[in-house]
Amino acid sequence: MTKKDSKNEPIIRLSNVSKYFHGNKTIDNVSFDVFPGETFVIMGCSGSGKSTLLRLMTGILKPDEGSIFVKGKDISAIGAEELDNVRKSFGMLFQYSALLDSLTVEENVALPLHEHTRLAQEIIDIIIKMKLSLVGLRGYEKYYPSQISGGMRKRVGLARAIALDPDIVFYDEPTSGLDPVVGGVIDKLIKELSEKLLITSVVITHDMQSVFNISDRVAMVHKGKIVDVVTPDMLRNTQNPYIQQFINGRPTGPIDFFKEDIGIGEVFGL
Amino acid sequence: MITGIGKTTINLFQNLSAVLRLLFDILYWMILGPFKGKVASRQGIFNQMVFTGLRSASIVFFVTIFTGIVLAMQSAYQLQKMGAVLYVASLVAVSLCRELGPVLTALVVAGRVGSAFAAELGTMKVSEQIEALETMAINPVRFLAVPRFIALFFMLPCLTILGNLSGMIGGYLVGVYSLNINSDLYIQTTFKYLEIKDIYTGITKSFVFAVIIALIGCFEGLNTKGGAEGVGRATTRSVVISFILIILADCVVTSIFYFSKL
Repeated sequence: MTKKDSKNEPIIRLSNVSKYFHGNKTIDNVSFDVFPGETFVIMGCSGSGKSTLLRLMTGILKPDEGSIFVKGKDISAIGAEELDNVRKSFGMLFQYSALLDSLTVEENVALPLHEHTRLAQEIIDIIIKMKLSLVGLRGYEKYYPSQISGGMRKRVGLARAIALDPDIVFYDEPTSGLDPVVGGVIDKLIKELSEKLLITSVVITHDMQSVFNISDRVAMVHKGKIVDVVTPDMLRNTQNPYIQQFINGRPTGPIDFFKEDIGIGEVFGL
Repeated sequence: MITGIGKTTINLFQNLSAVLRLLFDILYWMILGPFKGKVASRQGIFNQMVFTGLRSASIVFFVTIFTGIVLAMQSAYQLQKMGAVLYVASLVAVSLCRELGPVLTALVVAGRVGSAFAAELGTMKVSEQIEALETMAINPVRFLAVPRFIALFFMLPCLTILGNLSGMIGGYLVGVYSLNINSDLYIQTTFKYLEIKDIYTGITKSFVFAVIIALIGCFEGLNTKGGAEGVGRATTRSVVISFILIILADCVVTSIFYFSKL
């Protein structure tokens, strides 16, 4: 059975989701499914709406139209308490890690355990050690987030995200701002987690190296719309002009960054 | 201009309802939280008590002792003309307990603690830490605002009592060493005219001020927008709004006591 067997029920389903900000349609009628165990990458330029998509899937934003199902529950329609129950089954790695500054590394990882379980401190200590060794950070338990490097903070964030053994982990630009080697380490961790622990991963990124390393399926987002959903093999040979431009990083093409060309007359106020 | 006034009014009411919603949330988690097995962490409350109470004690002490000294000197200047210098003692004690002690302590704490609440929560907000708590299914109001609220609610009255005492010590120093009033007589006069209601009206005020400071500090922090500049703005706003509301609430509470003859 392949990971994305069609018989599998999708673990996340977006159907006809739209979201407006200040009258602009930031997310425009988006639908896609994520299947259990797969690594689903959403790529796109800055401002394309991919972070908004992530915030919609985690329930931080509510869609203006359409519905979002996470593990069979419509998270756009349920109450705060039920939403919290769904949230306990997923973890999230933030772009800037978002560790609590006032807590040490081990307290950060222990936080969801203290809040949502009644485990004894000895058990929690063991879980912290396990999670930290999974991300290769044993020995840094007593450090504060400000005392460790950006890449290490990301790994602590990852340990925190998987503290409650979630079914789904969301990654917001996991490799941005890291050097290529540390980026590769994070990619390897994401791959390992999905293979060893069968975690479903939803990754937002614009790092092409990372896309080829980790993805099972890739969705390209542009101006709030899904342009195409493809596999990484198809990515290299695609005829889709948006994806071609994105992969090759060409400044000109269907993805335009300038609202409209400024005529020479406008420059001189003519 | 009329649209401007309209917008400001709408804004004011929106903010007011948001602040009241936060107060409701805090009380909800304080009262109903324990029944749901979601108690604010005792360690968190203790840490905040140390920060808001113990660490504010020295600054409150210095501000009020000098106020007591100034108050004694200024009233002595007036009372000397009437040959009633002895009454400096009771004047200092009553005005401190009823008015200056609670208000000055609250203003000092608003500047020190309220601004710290806003800055800390604001930084957490702009660095996605609040969002991280939400995605971990941890309610930020329960986790961050409730311990701060509880800590300040109990520590501000304690600081006020400290402020009252140190102010009276300031008055005593002037009375005994400059106005040459006999030490025993000074203490006797202090307590002769100081009634128990003078003390509890002051303490009641400090409970109200504590609610204002904690609420505004947490509200501004949790609603910070836009980077470092936003944190700065939230901090400034928390201090300015707290100051205004403290003076306003002081006026309201004092008039309630005054007109109800309490």
